[in-house]
Amino acid sequence: MTPLIDARKVRYRYADGTLALDGVDFQLFERETVALLGPNGSGKTTFVLHLTGLLHGEGIIRVCDLAMSKKNLPKIRARIGMVFQDSEEQLFLPTVLEDVAFGPRNLGLSPEEATRRAKLALEQTGMEEAAARAPYHLSAGEKRRVALAGVLAMSPEILVLDEPTTFLDPPAERDLVRLLRELPQAKILVTHDIPFARALATRAVFFEKGKIAGHGSIDDVVRRFQWEI
Amino acid sequence: MHYLVLERWSRGDSSFHRLDARVKIAALLLYLVAIATTHPFRWSAFAAFALLVLSGVIAARLPLGGMLLRAAAVLPFTATFAAISALAGDTDAAFRLLARSYASALGVLLLAASTTMPALLHAASSLGFPRILVLVLQFLYRYLFVVTDQAQRMRSAALCRGSALRRGAKRERFRAASGVLAVLFARSYEKAQGIERAMLARGFDGRIHLLSSPRLAWRDAAFLGLAASATLGLRFLLTISA
Repeated sequence: MTPLIDARKVRYRYADGTLALDGVDFQLFERETVALLGPNGSGKTTFVLHLTGLLHGEGIIRVCDLAMSKKNLPKIRARIGMVFQDSEEQLFLPTVLEDVAFGPRNLGLSPEEATRRAKLALEQTGMEEAAARAPYHLSAGEKRRVALAGVLAMSPEILVLDEPTTFLDPPAERDLVRLLRELPQAKILVTHDIPFARALATRAVFFEKGKIAGHGSIDDVVRRFQWEI
Repeated sequence: MHYLVLERWSRGDSSFHRLDARVKIAALLLYLVAIATTHPFRWSAFAAFALLVLSGVIAARLPLGGMLLRAAAVLPFTATFAAISALAGDTDAAFRLLARSYASALGVLLLAASTTMPALLHAASSLGFPRILVLVLQFLYRYLFVVTDQAQRMRSAALCRGSALRRGAKRERFRAASGVLAVLFARSYEKAQGIERAMLARGFDGRIHLLSSPRLAWRDAAFLGLAASATLGLRFLLTISA
């Protein structure tokens, strides 16, 4: 089976000389949900930024059988949707509907089709009633849902969620788990939240000092790296 | 916060709000040119131009007092030059400067308070404004919210820890404020990077594509005709009456 994401020997050094990724090999298959665990600064977010072409290091990355290159970037970004840790960074248009339609419009869809997709994504995330509201008036949980809707409206094949439970209260986190379970896309979850990862992920990968130090089932990885309170 | 008030006002639902942003920009440009070229610019000219804008303020159902007050934000800048003119003995020039800048600010404020920023930028882009300028304005608009939000959080955090921002000697307060500013700059840079990444990840190509592509309607043309004839007529009358 061809993996949706195939990353080989990915290396990345920040401008200040810090080696953030040191030969990461990673694969993601259809319908899989993988949790990326590990300490702060271990390279998890740097790695997922490579998958959307927002950072460029050494190594080979293929997304949905497309080689990571400048030419393929628009196609890759249409297939891999990223929800950032701070949802506020993702929301910037005056209304929720316009914001969710931002991605589909960038795909070249007509305003009518973009609106249809945006409405559908808002319905999927239970935010259809907020369509006319200003994004900065929403609660943290609602902002997260709208940010997710903004990505879903682009109909990606892969979802990447960076620390999706930050700022969420337990009911909002529970709602997010329920929502993510219903979504058919393959998912990568960058998280420190083990109950959340346990509720969703089929396997876990542990990052340490820019390398993958181990992988396996969530319980295995948590036990091996003593990754629970 | 001023920009939040403007943002709220700009989302109003009056017939003035619903006018195409392009005709509002065109009308504003005519108005500004008329103000700049009307000689002599006396009280009567100031009052006539101000009335013209205020009729727009009423049509847009915007708060009159709030608009007059916010337009005065431009005065501290021009007052400096007006004071220099007045000290040099040219009080007429001082008045002209203040009156022209205030009347112009009122016009610009009416446009900003009756048009959403994305619609304004979209209109500017379709009127052929340089793309780089429109892009810079787009980001400025986006980052304005981020920077002020960040500044407020940092201020609260500093005050909670007994910072000298609110008390102490002037020098101490200045030092505390400049320290906060330096950190704010660094944090804003990081935030801006995050926003840029989030936009790129959703396929941002340098332009914001709106959901509705506005088309000029007969009422837009009628408004432009009315605004142009009122502005140019006023300028003509003021010039011949002098």
